[in-house]
Amino acid sequence: MSKMKALVCRECGKEYPTKAIHVCEMCFGPLEVKYNYDEIKQAISRKKIEDGPDSMWRYLDLLPVEGTNFVGPHAGFTPLVRAKNLGAYLGIDELYIKNDTVNHPTLSFKDRVVAVALTRARELGFETVACASTGNLANSVSAHAASANLHCYVFIPGDLEAAKVLGNLIYKPHVVEVEGNYDDVNRLCSEIAGEHGWAFVNINIRPYYAEGSKTLAFETVEQLGWKTPDQVVIPMASGSLLTKIWKGLHEMKYVGLIDDVRTKINGAQAEGCSPISTAFKAGRDFFKPVKPKTIAKSLAIGNPADGYYALKATAESKGSMDMVTDEEVVEGIQLLAQTEGIFAETAGGVTIGVLKKLVKQGIIKKNEVTVAYITGNGLKTQEAVIDAVGRPTRIQPSLVAFEKNFKLGKNGGGDS
Amino acid sequence: MAHLRFHIRFPEEGIRQPIIYQIGREYNVVTDVRRADVRDTTGWADVEFTGDTAEIERALEGLRKKGCSVDPIELNVVE
Ligand SMILES: Cc1ncc(COP(=O)(O)O)c(C=O)c1O
Ligand SMILES: [Zn+2]
Repeated sequence: MSKMKALVCRECGKEYPTKAIHVCEMCFGPLEVKYNYDEIKQAISRKKIEDGPDSMWRYLDLLPVEGTNFVGPHAGFTPLVRAKNLGAYLGIDELYIKNDTVNHPTLSFKDRVVAVALTRARELGFETVACASTGNLANSVSAHAASANLHCYVFIPGDLEAAKVLGNLIYKPHVVEVEGNYDDVNRLCSEIAGEHGWAFVNINIRPYYAEGSKTLAFETVEQLGWKTPDQVVIPMASGSLLTKIWKGLHEMKYVGLIDDVRTKINGAQAEGCSPISTAFKAGRDFFKPVKPKTIAKSLAIGNPADGYYALKATAESKGSMDMVTDEEVVEGIQLLAQTEGIFAETAGGVTIGVLKKLVKQGIIKKNEVTVAYITGNGLKTQEAVIDAVGRPTRIQPSLVAFEKNFKLGKNGGGDS
Repeated sequence: MAHLRFHIRFPEEGIRQPIIYQIGREYNVVTDVRRADVRDTTGWADVEFTGDTAEIERALEGLRKKGCSVDPIELNVVE
């Protein structure tokens, strides 16, 4: 028997074979992977995981692939950083940063989901992979496809910044720039995914793709010494990452790796695109789509596919949600860099901004073990902070000029 | 003959109108609602349209004219 039992409809429960399908034929609800947990429980153990590879594939028993011919063998197992300085600043005793700014190979958490998606796509016999993306997803699909010798198509909106386009072109996929706005690209890609026999990672491969996010939960628990955190803060775009962290925590319980899940899940968005957080704050179980307007481009999804499920997971966990302004996003990026030496992209600024708010409101308490998910690297969104970082101190090339500006103590300490 | 699936949101003022029925009469398409949630001020339906592709396009335009928003069944797929 295989560890994957079926794909199951999240709405009506109808089961399907584990193929490249994503929508229920009965009710059009989204499909997700269902596992044989009893069987996995027999196979998995803390020891086996600890002896596994230094990548997210140490959790192979809970990932939706059949073999071990991995695309992206080095994704995941990123550092869980004890953030003493930031914790002290915010007033939390035990704060950790799950640092996916250093994920391999493209420096965002998307390397996890894409590694799973392409591994599964190859198992299912696909030779061409595709995605529609404005940033991190496209980078990751392009890089992984190059290394796995898969044909790759990346669809982007016509108005994407040059630097972002370059980040894909370097891997030489087919980059298709679609004339028109976000909605036009969106509509086209959904139609192409329906018509062509390609593995569209976040469309017909989405049930597998999304499972990769669970590894952020698994690793966090292992790195905390097999304990669940009390609070986590997670950035939301489609809401999939948040939903899957919640699922991952529960799976660890189902297969006997932990006794209980006591984690409160908190979702973070930018004010300029906060359909999920806005619904949560209004006490609604459904969201209203928005037109995004924020510097946090990697989170700018106005009509999020998993928004409803993210609201549900957060409510079940008795967690919370909030949103921050673009200024707070920039402050969040700076705060994390200046306290912990970690340069995050705008999504990280959103997470830190919301973390700060939740602590201030007393929703996250001083003695609660808290993990903030930092999911992308700051080098990718330098334009967001360019006006906030100041300038170097400029001097003439002479010792006198230098000493006039910098008074150094005996041990090299001192300040400008 | 194409079968295309969409997520349709109704405008607040359209909640009490039989919009899907009207579209089926005004255009040569068969509409099949699989899931829907209609409340006091909001409502949506997941619908399959069967018909000629160009006629489905016209039916979608007709829905937009009635104030509906039309998205793919997967919602946003550009990440
Ligand atoms: C850096 C980063 N963080 C977080 C997210 C949120 O992911 P999700 O769509 O699963 O909510 C994204 C998604 O695009 C991202 O690029
Ligand atoms: Zn169903």
